[in-house]
Amino acid sequence: MNFDFSDDQKQLRDQARKFLAEKCSPKAVRIVLDGKAPYDKELWKGLAEMGFLGVAIPEEFGGAGAGHLELCVIAEEMGRANAPVPFSSTVYLAAEALLIAGSDAQKKKWLPAIAAGEAIGTLALFEGKGNPSPKNVKLTAANGVLNGVKKPVADGGIADFAVVAARTGSSGRDNDISLFLVDLKAGGVDVKSLTNLDPTRGQAEITFKDAKAEPLGAAGEGWSILTQVLDRAAVLCAFEQVGGADRALEMGRDYALDRIAFGRQIGSFQAVKHMLADMYVSATLARSNSYYGAWALSTNAAELPEAAAAARISATQAFQHCAKNNIQVHGGMGFTWEFDCHMYYRRANAMALGLGSLSYWEDQLIDRMRKKNAA
Amino acid sequence: MNFDDTPQEAEFRATARAWISANAPRQYEDELRKSSLGRTVLKNADILEVAKAWQKKKADAGWACLHWPKEYGGRGSSPIERVIWQQEEGPFGQLSRMFIIGHGMCGPTMMAFAREEHKRSYLPPLASGEKVWCQLFSEPAGGSDVAGLRTRAEKDGDDWVINGQKIWTSGAHYSDYGILLTRTDPTVPKHKGLTMFFLDMKSPGVEVRPIKQASGASDFNEVYFTNVRIPDHQRLGEVGDGWNVSLTTLMNERSAIGAAVSTGFPELFEYCSSLMLDDGPAIEDRAVRSKLAHWAVKASGLKYTSMRAISALSKGERPGPENSIGKLVAGSMIQDVATYALDLQGAAGVVSGEDGELAGRFQAMLLRAPGTRVEGGTDEIMRNIIAERVLGLPGDIRVDKDVPFNKIPTKGRG
Ligand SMILES: Cc1cc2nc3c(=O)[nH]c(=O)nc-3n(C[C@H](O)[C@H](O)[C@H](O)COP(=O)(O)OP(=O)(O)OC[C@H]3O[C@@H](n4cnc5c(N)ncnc54)[C@H](O)[C@@H]3O)c2cc1C
Repeated sequence: MNFDFSDDQKQLRDQARKFLAEKCSPKAVRIVLDGKAPYDKELWKGLAEMGFLGVAIPEEFGGAGAGHLELCVIAEEMGRANAPVPFSSTVYLAAEALLIAGSDAQKKKWLPAIAAGEAIGTLALFEGKGNPSPKNVKLTAANGVLNGVKKPVADGGIADFAVVAARTGSSGRDNDISLFLVDLKAGGVDVKSLTNLDPTRGQAEITFKDAKAEPLGAAGEGWSILTQVLDRAAVLCAFEQVGGADRALEMGRDYALDRIAFGRQIGSFQAVKHMLADMYVSATLARSNSYYGAWALSTNAAELPEAAAAARISATQAFQHCAKNNIQVHGGMGFTWEFDCHMYYRRANAMALGLGSLSYWEDQLIDRMRKKNAA
Repeated sequence: MNFDDTPQEAEFRATARAWISANAPRQYEDELRKSSLGRTVLKNADILEVAKAWQKKKADAGWACLHWPKEYGGRGSSPIERVIWQQEEGPFGQLSRMFIIGHGMCGPTMMAFAREEHKRSYLPPLASGEKVWCQLFSEPAGGSDVAGLRTRAEKDGDDWVINGQKIWTSGAHYSDYGILLTRTDPTVPKHKGLTMFFLDMKSPGVEVRPIKQASGASDFNEVYFTNVRIPDHQRLGEVGDGWNVSLTTLMNERSAIGAAVSTGFPELFEYCSSLMLDDGPAIEDRAVRSKLAHWAVKASGLKYTSMRAISALSKGERPGPENSIGKLVAGSMIQDVATYALDLQGAAGVVSGEDGELAGRFQAMLLRAPGTRVEGGTDEIMRNIIAERVLGLPGDIRVDKDVPFNKIPTKGRG
């Protein structure tokens, strides 16, 4: 047994951390936060040059062909830096959907473009309230065109293409759903930006009116592909969340050492120490669950569905817990726009919803554990 | 990253499995499996006798205290082999809880500080369960604040003479030996005047009085010392250096207890999988599922945290203060899990013991759980350790740090 990343993977993590510390300072994040740019284009270009966008994409499709463990360590650093780029939409959702279900031609068209930073992709799944479920997909596909509205679509405002979940049957079962690839710059697509909890990652409403679409994967296989995509993304997002939680804890710790009250560092007060200790505990549990998810993802193990749900829940809780208490440690300062605490608080709470809420993943976890116990 | 056994590990696993299957006391397997929640009780046998017999059998075949050196009764195994053994030993491993203090804390302290001839004569019978050891640290005046203890040791020729009282000493009533922390100099600040010894619990002047616990059981004791003589060669470490010696014990305590503590989650999940509520199976209920999921990820988080720690250990890294996590998380979790299982039972949850649902398993767990949050350092002390040693936050303000022990105000102390 070796339950840790390899030295090479750790080196890659350090490299990503260094790169992001330089190219993605809180000041740079704020340009997007303050609405002065939809995302950090320079950073996106840099990530492509570093090979980070295509790290898990096979070489034949323009990637580095490393693997998912490598992607996990990069994801952690993206989360730590709160990077304002469409990394998760493009790399975890769109690229993974293509890797799982794309035809050779589709992979050749989009994957090299993703790896090169030339194409931004996303997943258009949600239609208003509710969690991932076939019955919440109303948008229809017929005769090669889509009709309906998706909302919210992460990074929908800047994406070049989307993987769209559409209804192709009326049996009332999972196989009513199929996936499609849509060029968002083509006709029949109307994109409207939405205000959202975390402005460092845009959300959009996309209206499809007889929009041309090509099938991704077999007809009726959409939901089973989506489930796999969401599981993979759950692990990868968990690493972003762990990175974010770690950073929030670090910010809280540093401030507790810096700030003096009643003639002492506030970090010498037990109420503050214990709050930080609890943050460490939740971040550590989340990290360990995420490592297990990473192992399952990288080996495509039968345990992946359960491991992904556990990583997702644990990392969501940890990031929310650390982000919220980081503000508390900072007192009034923590509640100012000027301090960075709220960026992590926003990101934590937005990420908690993006792939389906906590209650959705709780249900998934219990279902999957039951299945395993029954087997 | 992988969970695969290396060929060597696979061979170790196969050998261990074969040996356990041929030798384990199978007649107790079911009872051991079911009593994992609170107290381990065997209906028709004395658990200590069963535990000793199993331990002796393991020792004779070279399976006792796996990570200890061979010359002290161990096997010289790697950390991973230890884990493999635990996996294979399964419910029979519970029997070794009777020896956790000896094996987890006293043994390592002896190994670090005892004379070579003492190690060779005392450690093998400790490893084999023939001799049981206890840890005599806590006192009425010194629990969390261990260094506040007052049991005196005074030099008299080649001996030390001990007077005072210990409390909460687990297993003292069936222990043969103990490690004992004493005060040898009350005129210096409290951490500087301590000295550690080991002693024969049958020495004249040692009196053990069982304490009845909140759970109803009597696992721990008061121990009184009246002019007990300990030869100087049974001193562990230098005179006045007892605090450092005890830190070795406490570090080992945290990893021994932290690794052994259960969360109650598998039992709760199993229970909810079969339980019917008024409006259907518990496991279909949204609220139940949410609770289960919440605890599931804590339990798995702890499991994989310890696997990470073992991986680090096997690469030669030292066990650190992060081991405090296990007990901290599991302690209150087990309490909450028990409370919840009883809540699901409704009015019937109040009935305990053999009269209760599932033979009172969750009731027993509820009544044992508070002790888990106190023994081996309270939750608050664990949080302090994480905050100070892992996160680097300032230590608590200590008003008695530089004051000679005999000048510290004693109001409010026993
Ligand atoms: C089941 C069981 C078995 C045990 N076995 C042994 C044994 O074999 N050998 C042995 O030597 N001891 C043993 N103990 C004793 C155990 O180590 C002590 O009970 C424990 O360290 C707490 O000390 P105390 O009981 O004096 O509580 P106190 O130290 O009086 O604590 C009371 C409360 O104050 C809090 N507190 C104290 N100091 C601080 C602080 N600095 N910051 C914040 N809060 C603080 C505590 O967290 C607790 O909530 C055992 C205890 C139990 C429950």
